[in-house]
Amino acid sequence: MKKLLVVLLGIMMVFGLVGCGSKTEDNAPSTGGGDEAKASFKLGCSGPLTGGAAVYGNDVKWAAEMAVAEINEKEGYNFFEFRMEDDEADPEKAPNAYGALTDWGMQVSLYTVTSGAGLAVSADYNADRVFALTPSGSNPGLAHPANGNYDNLFQVCFTDPNLGTASADYISSNTIAGMEVKKVAVIYRSDDDYSTSIYNTFMSKAAEVGLEVVYEGSFINSDADYSTQLTGAAAAGAELVFLPIYYGPAATILTQAAAMTDFNPVFFGVDGMDGILGLEGFDHALAEGVYLLTPFAADAKDDATVHFVTGFEAAHGSTPTQFAADAYDGVYAIYNALKATGCTADMDAATICDKLVGEFTTMTFEGLTGTANWAENGEVSKTPKAVIITDGVYVAAE
Amino acid sequence: MFKKIFDKKHRGRTFSYLMVLVAYVVIEIMLSTKSMSSLMKNLLVPCCCYIVTALALNLCVGLSGELSLGHAGFMSIGAYTGICFSGFFESSITNPIVRLILAMMIAAAVTALFGFLIGIPVLKLSGDYLAIVTLAFCQIIASLINNCYLGFDSNGIQFSFITNNVNIEATGKMLLSGPIGASGTTRISTFTVGVVLIVITLIVIYNLMYSKNGRAIMACRDNSIAALSVGVSVTKTKMLAFVISAAIAGAAGALYGLNFSTLAPAKFNFNQSILILVYVVLGGLGNINGTIIAASLLYILPEKLRGLQDYRMIIYSLVLIAIMLISNNQKFKVFVEKNTKLFKNKFTKKEAK
Repeated sequence: MKKLLVVLLGIMMVFGLVGCGSKTEDNAPSTGGGDEAKASFKLGCSGPLTGGAAVYGNDVKWAAEMAVAEINEKEGYNFFEFRMEDDEADPEKAPNAYGALTDWGMQVSLYTVTSGAGLAVSADYNADRVFALTPSGSNPGLAHPANGNYDNLFQVCFTDPNLGTASADYISSNTIAGMEVKKVAVIYRSDDDYSTSIYNTFMSKAAEVGLEVVYEGSFINSDADYSTQLTGAAAAGAELVFLPIYYGPAATILTQAAAMTDFNPVFFGVDGMDGILGLEGFDHALAEGVYLLTPFAADAKDDATVHFVTGFEAAHGSTPTQFAADAYDGVYAIYNALKATGCTADMDAATICDKLVGEFTTMTFEGLTGTANWAENGEVSKTPKAVIITDGVYVAAE
Repeated sequence: MFKKIFDKKHRGRTFSYLMVLVAYVVIEIMLSTKSMSSLMKNLLVPCCCYIVTALALNLCVGLSGELSLGHAGFMSIGAYTGICFSGFFESSITNPIVRLILAMMIAAAVTALFGFLIGIPVLKLSGDYLAIVTLAFCQIIASLINNCYLGFDSNGIQFSFITNNVNIEATGKMLLSGPIGASGTTRISTFTVGVVLIVITLIVIYNLMYSKNGRAIMACRDNSIAALSVGVSVTKTKMLAFVISAAIAGAAGALYGLNFSTLAPAKFNFNQSILILVYVVLGGLGNINGTIIAASLLYILPEKLRGLQDYRMIIYSLVLIAIMLISNNQKFKVFVEKNTKLFKNKFTKKEAK
């Protein structure tokens, strides 16, 4: 009986493989033929739609879909065709998501949402000459690896080292929650590159600007209890706790800190903390007064932000995060560059790539997250803003 | 001669080799006719790695009856040994295949050593101690590699622990850099080498199973006191199975590591060990063919379900539950057995005519 089962499964497996192969043929992009004026640019992206970082992926997906819908309406035809693949923020799954996108015939890409996944496919993007602009992958290696430069890979968000430096700068030079902060505690995740690289640059900048780091605590991914770190920070008399971590553990830290009676510091996060309000089951009152260093504040009163935030809230019932804003900007930046260089949808990815690279390094882009310029190495330059969480929404500091 | 290939005892073995061969030929034909999607192409090598690791774990759990939760740790050691070896000798051993094979051999040797060291205290005990110790081992390895900074340039090899003091010249290369792990690895793993590794693993496992040592391993699993009474050294026998299992997992790890341009140490966590264990349990403890099929099916399934978008993870977990229930369901077994008999009877009747 086992044998029959084995044979059946074996047959299924082989057919599964064959089925996949033939499907590609059907899906192959039919560029060149027929109605060329109405052909769409195939815009791909991969990000975590499931798993521990799903808030990021979904925000990027929704914002990009929104931008694409607006552009398509403006153009009067489907200018972009957008497709998002799930990579679970796992470097092992990222090449698979990339493969699925290439099979689909992707011409331009929003790269990956998270850094780890992006690092796993950066070499492929460079070798295959597909222009990619990551909304939120903040590792510097995404655009320029240690020993070189990927000329066709760009970032919308700040890089991790910049975030650490900017945070230390901000804390030392501004009044936070009505006081001059002198004693700082840092809790970071030691098995995560994002967290450690912000931590490292924060520490060196803090020493430079005279911030006293009274406590350093670290944890690893599988930890679920942070009371040791919090007690340590409380004992050291920290006035501010710097949390260069993702929103998941940050939510637990805030919850556990709220249960402590004798410890009421200011919590200061960076872009990874963005998304904490979108976490299901998280009590917004716990995040009251938390500072975030992010390029986007949803309460800004300019027309573009209001339009984006109301549209996003109407469609998905949640306030967009910086990830969403970055993705929205990313789509528009690509759109502007495609328009400026006169690219058409029947061009192949490599041709589009060469044109966009030239345009990106010279153009200035006005978006939700500020005025952006791109350097040759793919890094963006724009001003960071700090926001405070007040009554469950982001309010710009000062 | 033929008797040894098709008789009842060896039929499973013949089927294993045939299955791997047929799958290889079919996939190679698809590759050469370019009818395979790039998604599937990306899956081939990792799938081979998971099959081999699952087979190694099956040797440990199924054949020798010792539960190991640390095979992700062995994969991790293998992967980073392989990556470091390949990175270091990139300029001196230019042939990628030779470098890959050497990397896998060294990875297997290093992992075998670790397996041996863990085995010395633990395998002398009976009970679930191995599960606990290997679980801890897996976490320790991940934490250690997480804090290692290793690089080399014209001044030689530089290493630092916890804080990164490694300064590499522009011509040098960073092999390990803390939580990022290895990045910028030259991808040299190929599907053919993966299949060869599966075949070698099968040869090792089947030869062990049908040998005196293999029978001793199974005897220790079934009744260690009885095995002792006939003069089998339980510790030594279990050690043999465990070390071989670790070495194979290490080789698979090297193949895995050299297939990705970046590899973070956090990847090889407890969940990864459980994932491999799931392949083994759903494939059937001690069932080699079942393991191969379960590993490939369950690895490819979530990727094949991409078209279903948000529902794919639900379907994946439903499939896991379904396999778990069905493979242990007596009624289902009877049903399948009846049908196989009917089928067999028809077949033999036809032959009789």
